[in-house]
Amino acid sequence: MPKPDEMAYYQQEDLLKIDHDPPKTGWMDTPTDLRPGSFIYPGKAKNLEILDLPNPRDWAVTDEDWKLPDDWKRIVLEGMAERLSKYRSFKLFMDICVRCGACADKCHFFIGGGDPKNMPVLRAELLRSIYRKDFTALGKVFGKLAGGRELTTDVIKEWFYYFYQCTECRRCSVFCPYGIDTAEITMIARELLGLLGLYINWAIEPVANCFRLGNHLAIPPHGMVDTLEFMVDDIEEATGIRVDLPINKKGAEVLFVTPSGDFVADPGIYTCMAQMLLFHELGIDYTFSTYASDGGNFGLFTSHEMIKRLNAKVYAEAKRLGVKWILGGECGHMWRVMHQYMDTMNGPPDFLEVPKSPVTGTVFDHAKSSKIIHIMEFLSDLIRHGKLKLEPSRNDHIRVTFHDSCNPARAMGILEEPRYVIKNVCNNFFEMPENTIREQTFCCGGGAGLGTDENMEMRLRGGFPRGNAVRYVQEKHGVNQLAAMCAIDRATLVTVCDYWAPGVKVTGISELVANAMVFKDESKRTLDLRMEPLTYKEQDQPVGEEGGAASDE
Amino acid sequence: MNIVVSLVIVSGLFLLGLAGAVPGMGWVFGVAIPYLALALFAGGLIYRVLNWARIPVPFRIPTTCGQQKALPWIKSQSLENPHNALAAIGRMALEVLLFRSLLRNTKSQLIDGDRLAYASSPWLWIGAMAMHWSFLIILIRHVRLMTNPVPSCVRFLEQADGFFEVWLPVVYATSVIFLAALAYLLLRRLASPQLRYISLLADYFPLLLLLGIGISGFCLRHLVKTDVTAVKQLATGLAGLAPTAPADSISPWFYGHLFLVCVLLAYFPFSKLTHMAGVFLSPTRNLANSNRMVRHVNPWDYPVKVHPYEEYEDELRDKMKAAGLPVDKQ
Repeated sequence: MPKPDEMAYYQQEDLLKIDHDPPKTGWMDTPTDLRPGSFIYPGKAKNLEILDLPNPRDWAVTDEDWKLPDDWKRIVLEGMAERLSKYRSFKLFMDICVRCGACADKCHFFIGGGDPKNMPVLRAELLRSIYRKDFTALGKVFGKLAGGRELTTDVIKEWFYYFYQCTECRRCSVFCPYGIDTAEITMIARELLGLLGLYINWAIEPVANCFRLGNHLAIPPHGMVDTLEFMVDDIEEATGIRVDLPINKKGAEVLFVTPSGDFVADPGIYTCMAQMLLFHELGIDYTFSTYASDGGNFGLFTSHEMIKRLNAKVYAEAKRLGVKWILGGECGHMWRVMHQYMDTMNGPPDFLEVPKSPVTGTVFDHAKSSKIIHIMEFLSDLIRHGKLKLEPSRNDHIRVTFHDSCNPARAMGILEEPRYVIKNVCNNFFEMPENTIREQTFCCGGGAGLGTDENMEMRLRGGFPRGNAVRYVQEKHGVNQLAAMCAIDRATLVTVCDYWAPGVKVTGISELVANAMVFKDESKRTLDLRMEPLTYKEQDQPVGEEGGAASDE
Repeated sequence: MNIVVSLVIVSGLFLLGLAGAVPGMGWVFGVAIPYLALALFAGGLIYRVLNWARIPVPFRIPTTCGQQKALPWIKSQSLENPHNALAAIGRMALEVLLFRSLLRNTKSQLIDGDRLAYASSPWLWIGAMAMHWSFLIILIRHVRLMTNPVPSCVRFLEQADGFFEVWLPVVYATSVIFLAALAYLLLRRLASPQLRYISLLADYFPLLLLLGIGISGFCLRHLVKTDVTAVKQLATGLAGLAPTAPADSISPWFYGHLFLVCVLLAYFPFSKLTHMAGVFLSPTRNLANSNRMVRHVNPWDYPVKVHPYEEYEDELRDKMKAAGLPVDKQ
């Protein structure tokens, strides 16, 4: 018998019985249903201790007593007061919501689950009701009539449940007439929970790993060398090319920072291999770093302070190695941090230079302060200047669609660069329906620390809108691959596609580029980086002549 | 429940306002309370805005709704994803004047049991635009009562608003639109189970209050005649800060109407209605997405505990050396 943390436990017809109508009881009087498969296990004491976080202890979500500190209520209210005075966003978002409901059916968890507390407006009200009761005059006097409620341990449990059912994807904030951003509210709520020692282990263990070893997956430096050396061997087997492997190389021009998921997990590893091939082919003087071995930052799912604590290594390592600028890999939430937080938190990086492509000479002025560019910006520039020899027909066995990852779409707006790259390396590209892409893209359902198996029911429910859109293009256009420039996507969308659109595989974009590239020293290529057959029309023709023609569309 | 309480409160307030017509109470309801309400409105709103404005914006967190400006040959969508202050002002103008984000509204629906479909759902946008804009025009129309001579722009607006020349006195289009839009916004809240579930007293009360103001105003113009000259005398006196004693010929309906307006003014700064001012300060909308170009400074930034490279190498030096990795200290 499958268990609640396995996909097979959930029958589609059961999950699809979605009741969007709220229960009879008012939301303040509806208790939280802590059922297995819908919540995430608590942070273990050892991880909290590594990070000097308060109240380390071992406990279970299903316990009656969560072993909160004695003065937990004072801690939460003081924490709220402090944040209300430090974040205009928080204060404003507590004050100005008119409950118009425009956000309600924009959340993937509400669409796929129907729990009213997953409507962004109500998720915020979970916190706002306490704000009213304790921080506004009307709420203090009129209590429930003014939408206030008492802060109790049940409220804390409800917060833990629902603020770890938000993937901080910001889709609701696109539709809100005042730009109220539930991600911001969730981040603050998680900070408040953290003050009581309430974390989820699937986020806080990676954070502890990342703090000590530089990456979420606890890959030690020698382990990283081994892993990447394996990749070098695999690349040689697939292409006949032996690439260099620069790690912790002082004086390199570029520091390459990428999500650590791409070092170990299928299909992320192919993205990493593809990038190593690309850099080798172009002769880029770059280096990996074992100390800054993760661009991803689960601090974002923990607290603002933790973002800063984990991200400090990136600029510090760039300085120690003496590089000129930083190139960031394909990752979603990493780019939220790199784009919107890093320079403010860990900058200014005045020891670096404005990024300049060593191949095309393009100066990336849009990154002149933070000194970091996205690999899709780098690649589109290369393709635009005709610096990559491409044979897109090699990807003809792939019918690809593109999933905009939440953060690059809604916290950066990097929408066209990945499409430009894909269109130049694939002949068969199909967009999903317009309400499910670009700024309206749907989350994979496993972002913000929720991509763990014990949360399987919520992942499948939250992944339903995305999975449904994938199935649409699968049926309509025969799509068999989903490209995504995010390591969490490459981990969680595999499950979502297997469940809602079986037969669609997940890939990074760089991988598609490497498939289509005609390398100087390549052997006659019949295999892609997955060791699966490439489309190779005229195998006897020298590849050099065949390529190139389609490189500049 | 919440709507019933709201209805009782608004009705009660209207009845209370009628007391203005009681001889001797004109000064209270016609002069003192309006000034007090106006002071609360202005003072309260300024307080709220200053209160928000003094809270720092530690991080630059715009929600980007279009293509970024990065590579020169990729066209950016500066009104959806502003790259500088000017573009951000443009984006804000669209938000404030045209409710841009609300216009994006979609409705998602599960069809055939397993397929999600999305359709544009502009009704909330239409209702909101109709209500807010007609309210603004009605407010401007009321300037006629407070000025002598009436500014020509106000007269022009009146003429345009009464273009259809229905009934006598002419029914203004905005009166009808305002009431219809409010009714829609209220019915929508009651008809949708999800909206009903999230609606608080604070959501029904302002709607009913505005409806009360609208209906009483409509009645005053068309059904319950009052001494307009006396009302104008009172209004110009108030506006000129030289209030005169209200004439006894003013109808109780006028005082009911005026009192509801006073309640709205006084309630405004302490309620969700402050979204009018708050929207201008929303960090996800009013900031430029220039994060990598121009550094944003967090005024309360503080040092945090990090794990420096030296400590990392100290812990792992032997293994790094064994793996052939360069180290800083031998």
